[in-house]
Amino acid sequence: MCRAIAPALVIAGCASAARASLPASIFAPHSTPAREEHQLAIFVLWIALLIFLGVGSLLTYSILKFRARPNDDTEPPQVFGSLQIELSWTIIPILIIAVLFLGTARVLFSVQDAKKPANALDVVVIGHQFWWEYRYPQYNVVAANELHIPVSPASAPHPTFMKLTSADVMHSFWVPQLGGKTDLLPNRVNEMWIDPQSPGVYVGQCAQFCGPQHAKMLLRVSVDTPEEFNAWIKNQQRTQAELAQAQVALASVPNPGNQSKGSVPPNSPPTHGAVAVVPTEAPDNAINAHNGQIVFEQQACINCHAVAGTMANGRYGPDLTHLMSRATLGSGAAQNTPGNLLAWIADPNTFKPGCLMPAMHLNDRQNAQITAYLLTLK
Amino acid sequence: MADQSYPVGQGVEVTVERSPARGTWLEVVHDWITTVDHKKLGIMYIAYALVFLLVAGFEAMLIRIQLIKPHNDFLSPYTFNRMFTMHGTTMVFLVGMPILFGFGNYLVPLMIGARDMAFPRLNAFSFWISSFAGLLLYYSFIGGVGLSGTGSAPDIAWFAYAPLTEKAFSPGHTTDYWAIAILANGIGSIGTAINIIATVFCMRCKGMTLSRIPLLPWLYATMSFLVLVAVSPLTACQAMLLLDRYLGAHFFDTQAGGSAILWAHFFWIFGHPEVYVLVLPAFAFANEIIPVFSRKAIFGYPAMVAASVGIGFISLGVWAHHMFTIGMTSFGNAFFTLSTMLVSIPTGIKTFNWLATIWGGKIRFETPMLFSIAFLFQWVIAGLTGIMLSVSAWNWQLHNSYFVVAHFHYVLVGAIVFMIFAAIYYWYPKITGRMLDETLGNWHFWLMVIGFHVTFDVMHFPGLLGMPRQIYTYEPDRGWNTLNFIVSIGGFIQAIAILIFVYNMVHSYFRGDDAGPDPWDAWTLEWATASPPPVYNFAIEPEVASRRPLWDRKHPEDPDSAFE
Ligand code: HEM
Ligand SMILES: [Cu+2]
Repeated sequence: MCRAIAPALVIAGCASAARASLPASIFAPHSTPAREEHQLAIFVLWIALLIFLGVGSLLTYSILKFRARPNDDTEPPQVFGSLQIELSWTIIPILIIAVLFLGTARVLFSVQDAKKPANALDVVVIGHQFWWEYRYPQYNVVAANELHIPVSPASAPHPTFMKLTSADVMHSFWVPQLGGKTDLLPNRVNEMWIDPQSPGVYVGQCAQFCGPQHAKMLLRVSVDTPEEFNAWIKNQQRTQAELAQAQVALASVPNPGNQSKGSVPPNSPPTHGAVAVVPTEAPDNAINAHNGQIVFEQQACINCHAVAGTMANGRYGPDLTHLMSRATLGSGAAQNTPGNLLAWIADPNTFKPGCLMPAMHLNDRQNAQITAYLLTLK
Repeated sequence: MADQSYPVGQGVEVTVERSPARGTWLEVVHDWITTVDHKKLGIMYIAYALVFLLVAGFEAMLIRIQLIKPHNDFLSPYTFNRMFTMHGTTMVFLVGMPILFGFGNYLVPLMIGARDMAFPRLNAFSFWISSFAGLLLYYSFIGGVGLSGTGSAPDIAWFAYAPLTEKAFSPGHTTDYWAIAILANGIGSIGTAINIIATVFCMRCKGMTLSRIPLLPWLYATMSFLVLVAVSPLTACQAMLLLDRYLGAHFFDTQAGGSAILWAHFFWIFGHPEVYVLVLPAFAFANEIIPVFSRKAIFGYPAMVAASVGIGFISLGVWAHHMFTIGMTSFGNAFFTLSTMLVSIPTGIKTFNWLATIWGGKIRFETPMLFSIAFLFQWVIAGLTGIMLSVSAWNWQLHNSYFVVAHFHYVLVGAIVFMIFAAIYYWYPKITGRMLDETLGNWHFWLMVIGFHVTFDVMHFPGLLGMPRQIYTYEPDRGWNTLNFIVSIGGFIQAIAILIFVYNMVHSYFRGDDAGPDPWDAWTLEWATASPPPVYNFAIEPEVASRRPLWDRKHPEDPDSAFE
């Protein structure tokens, strides 16, 4: 019965082996908060193991030792108690608890009350049923589902400080290798920070039951080198400008969507904008990005989704401006391939039954056109 | 009301026929429905809970089949979410509480030498309103989407966090059924709690001073105080939720400025003590069974009482350890870490006292004792993982992961259900007059222990590897596949064990050996009556001079009363 704890230590011991194969193990920390929690965990596990071995062997010994012999009907001596013995097993636990508590408090305060350095990256994380929205107020960038942050090597620390809130129900942000989870609540802003020291992609997922698709509210955190991160941010910003120009050339209609992203509150209602200004029929039926955009803008897509630089500025669903820079669709529900994209538009509920994007009931040509358009959103 | 015609003051023990003449089945049914006898009500509670144990166990099996491999599509996400919500709600409210109340009802008056509970009619009312709650909760399968809907059930998790339960996110009526069921159940629980407290403190027989009350009634009284303090806020917040949903109040409606944290506080102010409401009776069973099968008096009776009352008190101040990730201040987190850790002191005292009771005894390994020993081991582990979870800075990693699911099943199954089994094997002879079969009991025990550990030991690891709870499916590349497979297999082994147990209960009822009044050679008053006891329990009101009246009677040369 001691199997419960011993293997935990084995796992802890094999942490380095676990790194490659177990992408969400809390025993393979990559960020200061996760590392401190991990060290604390090992400390607590040792104490627990020692207590277990002590009590467990006492129990085992007494069961084996004090079995009734057959045919012995006499009663053993009756002992009613002993003050000294009971005092001893009151005081010893108090000491153990003192040690445990002090150890916990040290990590607790150092992680939770850490000061934010001047160069920290700010990210606002907004939980939605069933996807993630990320805002970078310092860069005026809005992204969805895949979080990009810079690496924070010990030589040049560059931590990320997150403010977390929710647009609907409770969610919880949990990437085990980077740090413990923090809940996202509507009407409230929580905070947490991470400083991953090695680049790579770290996975996690929502850890607070939030509705039918809670299971597929997955998280990907891409920890980039400073160059990669700058390039990523540049791309996010540059394409906005580019798309804005392309949009002017494309439809030459007033463009309510081309506004600063950072200032849109999470619950702002979908904008119906200038839908009526756009011709109701696509000029020709060729399957290309241009027609795809027209269909996209004619349909309710733009009530929920934003594409920077176009009239689409819905905030209910994920921002699609850089859709093709993401590896997955639907917050991890499927790989982001053209085939999956097409199927997703045709009926998102095949991937994520219960997800809040409805099937749009378009014809095959229109779906293909929209896909062609989305494929250009790099 | 008790039969007025029983013979009083004859100075003889009355033995009754095991099967008094029965009327037609209608009379029997009428008899059970209108009964106010604490023993019949106790049996009904237990039977009711065992039925729901099978139902909720079945739901657990569906959950485990779905999780046996990644990307399984055995259940739809909706069904899965309903299954774990119903499983959790049923196990806590329709299995755990009623079965423990059932034993309390049956045993407390007998053990303190009373003829019934203090308020027999309130007792019947409590039972019937609680069973109405069960009915209502399960009616949601039919009525959830409207009166003649296609069938549904609540899918909000057993803690029903706001604002997921608000109309905006839970349209339809399933959440209403859930809330009203919890409310009705709460009324029943509070009635029973008042009844138990009044019975223990006002109905004791002659000579039973506070320091001579057997530990079981003591713990039931403590547990009942906890019910009073904890279930009231739960009932209140159900009313608030219903106000939100029907009258547009904004307690938890975040879309209109309500607070999600408010619900969490309300719920856990109930939810944490609830664990002790369930576990104190389990302790109570251990306090009765372990001494009898070790042939020794319980070690440190006063410390046992003090520790239980202490656990009750401390448990009221620890609820926010369920909320370490919700965004409390660091000071708040530290406070709840410390208060939670403090619970382990009285708990440790209890554990060591059990150990000391076994120490130097002559242990008989009959089925009740087997389950009690497994309980001791499992309780120690549950306690240790509990301490780990109280380490708030590490809890940020463990919270809402499968580690937590493993931990609370160590408490709920490893401790509570195991002690319930022990109690059934121990008191079944008293209740039915027949022994349960020992061979089947051994099969039940060993399969249960093996199944339990295969399921719940292993379940810690997906948690440590980042698997959250309440997910209907998972990605194959996380390293959780094999672990989940093993966990599911363990679940099936437990299911088989429980089926053997059910068979044993039915079979032994008709075929079991006759028990006689005192098959285990025990020491408390319930064993002084016939099995099953007559309606009025004791023909003459007993009088006691120590905590173990039957020991005194059996060992006139060495009576406990000489030490007091
Ligand atoms: C064979 C025995 C059992 C098995 C295999 C089992 C299995 C499970 C599983 C797999 C879950 C997790 C669902 C999820 O979070 O995704 C769960 C949840 C739960 N179980 Fe059990 N369980 C068993 C017995 C019990 C018992 C006896 C109790 C209580 C007396 C209980 C109380 C709960 C509770 C409260 C939850 C949480 C439900 C929620 O998250 O809303 N279980 N069980
Ligand atoms: Cu979520």
